[in-house]
Amino acid sequence: MAAAEVLPKNATSVRPGRRRFPIEAAQAYLFILPAIVIIGIFKVLPAIAVLYMSLFKWDVIQGAFRGLGNYTDWLYDNSLRSPDFWRSLSTTLTYVIITVPLEIAFSLVIAFLLFQKMRGRGIYRTAYYLPYVTSFVAAAVVFNWLFHPQYGLVNALLGVVGIGPQSWLQEPDGLFAIVASAFGVVLPDWAAGPSLALVVVAIVTVWHYLGYQIVIFLAGLSNISSEYYEAARLDGASERQIFTKITLPLLSPTTFFVFTIATIGALRSFDTVFVLTGGGPLDTTRTVTLLLFKTAFQQAQFGLAAALAFILTLIILLFTLVQFRLVGRRVYYD
Amino acid sequence: MAVAVAYPFYFMVTSSFKDLLDATRNPPDVFPAVLHPENYVEAWNRAPWGRYFLNTIFVSLVVTLGEIATAALAGYAFARMRFPGKNVIFTIFLATLMIPGEATLVPNYVLMSPSRNACLGLPCLNWFDTYQVQIVPFIATAFSIFLLRQFFRSLPNELADAAKLDGAGHLRFLWSIALPLSIPALITVALITFLGSWNAFQWPLIVTTRPDFRPVQVGLSAFRQEAGSSYHLLMAASTFVIAPIVLLFLVAQRYLVQGIARTGIRG
Repeated sequence: MAAAEVLPKNATSVRPGRRRFPIEAAQAYLFILPAIVIIGIFKVLPAIAVLYMSLFKWDVIQGAFRGLGNYTDWLYDNSLRSPDFWRSLSTTLTYVIITVPLEIAFSLVIAFLLFQKMRGRGIYRTAYYLPYVTSFVAAAVVFNWLFHPQYGLVNALLGVVGIGPQSWLQEPDGLFAIVASAFGVVLPDWAAGPSLALVVVAIVTVWHYLGYQIVIFLAGLSNISSEYYEAARLDGASERQIFTKITLPLLSPTTFFVFTIATIGALRSFDTVFVLTGGGPLDTTRTVTLLLFKTAFQQAQFGLAAALAFILTLIILLFTLVQFRLVGRRVYYD
Repeated sequence: MAVAVAYPFYFMVTSSFKDLLDATRNPPDVFPAVLHPENYVEAWNRAPWGRYFLNTIFVSLVVTLGEIATAALAGYAFARMRFPGKNVIFTIFLATLMIPGEATLVPNYVLMSPSRNACLGLPCLNWFDTYQVQIVPFIATAFSIFLLRQFFRSLPNELADAAKLDGAGHLRFLWSIALPLSIPALITVALITFLGSWNAFQWPLIVTTRPDFRPVQVGLSAFRQEAGSSYHLLMAASTFVIAPIVLLFLVAQRYLVQGIARTGIRG
């Protein structure tokens, strides 16, 4: 590679043995041209354009230059926008905090069980993977019904154990506040917890991505040499000890990888929230991505939306950089 | 646990065969007392599903074929050809993986709009309510290029040497030897692309307004409003919207799983 670059191009015509090189280079450029054009126009240019648009007042058509005005509007300057921003950021982070640990815990344990040689393993795996290929729109139809305040199965099941019906996706009240009020305790607003609606959205999210995380964990598990297990068994370790002292530590790179992927996925989630609640009730499930969508496509404030998109991108980028390093390592040192 | 994960599917399919009264009974009957397959006919006739499916199938197939074509060519060039700037260009490609869709959403929307001067002072593409707006931006991703490059790199050099001796050029080698040997990787790329395209929702939602070009997911979303509380019909519609992709998954599960395990991409 290095040698090829050092060679001057006009030298090739003198030496017949090298004649293939400029032809090969020209051909290679032709090979990558379609990808460059598509990715350049629809990925790289827009990523630059979003920064440009964020500096202008831009409601459908480009307006006056605002400098960082759109950013300060979101962060602190505008009494309408900045509460929306901080609230949506808090909603997004809450959503991340609920979904990511649940996804990791469930998928890790299930992957560990599926990894054992047991009967009907294939059927179980397929059952867990199915939600991942199912669209959120279809999933939302079903979950809306399962969590229906009046006709939903979930309320019927709760009724069996003596818990009254809940409004679920239509419930803006916080989870902790609802639980506490069942015991006659009134919690202050800051301790009310995520709205019940957001909890349901999180449950559907975990359901959807579980199979995906299981696949990653299964790949990680199969990379652990069986010698460790055999040695541990010879030393008389219990299954529980094997899991906590061998599987978990050796799996930690995979766990961290799943953590970053799940976090990025949750920061970016749009379809889930949009189809389940549309951001309601009382905006308690309005994540940053939903606020972005509303600002851009319902209020037609493209400049503000671009600034919000850029802020969100910076947050995502932080996690992506971590993930990217991990992917590189997985691929190059496999 | 597996039962809880699979239950929504069971619930969806059984409810789709009940009449409205049975479908709203709570707790639900495990199995419909009387089967009502006519729900499917009724749901199908209440929205332009034929058109929705045609749109989705067409868009998904073209995106998948396009993606494979661009990725195979570029992946091959990066894996097995020598040209100045290769590493730099490849690194830039990989860096685009870090740009999330949220960053490009608004500018791409403007780019597709009918505006006469918003795109660098030039007319924009005016692609709202078309097929190309759902196809062209998605027919090349750094992810697929990367995946195929890794695969092409693993092909033995002796094959390329033998092909060179036989006078085969790069295109010939790619077409007759590299691609046939890479079918598992191609299927993986195809499945991940097809799945993403089939389930695409946000982008088609904002760039299409007419059923003529809308895909099934947006159609189902509109049908939710229209069908209101006819939940048995909604369940029937949901069932036929996810049925093709679920069947495809059951047939090709192995490749999708391998692809996820190998690359860690999450739709």
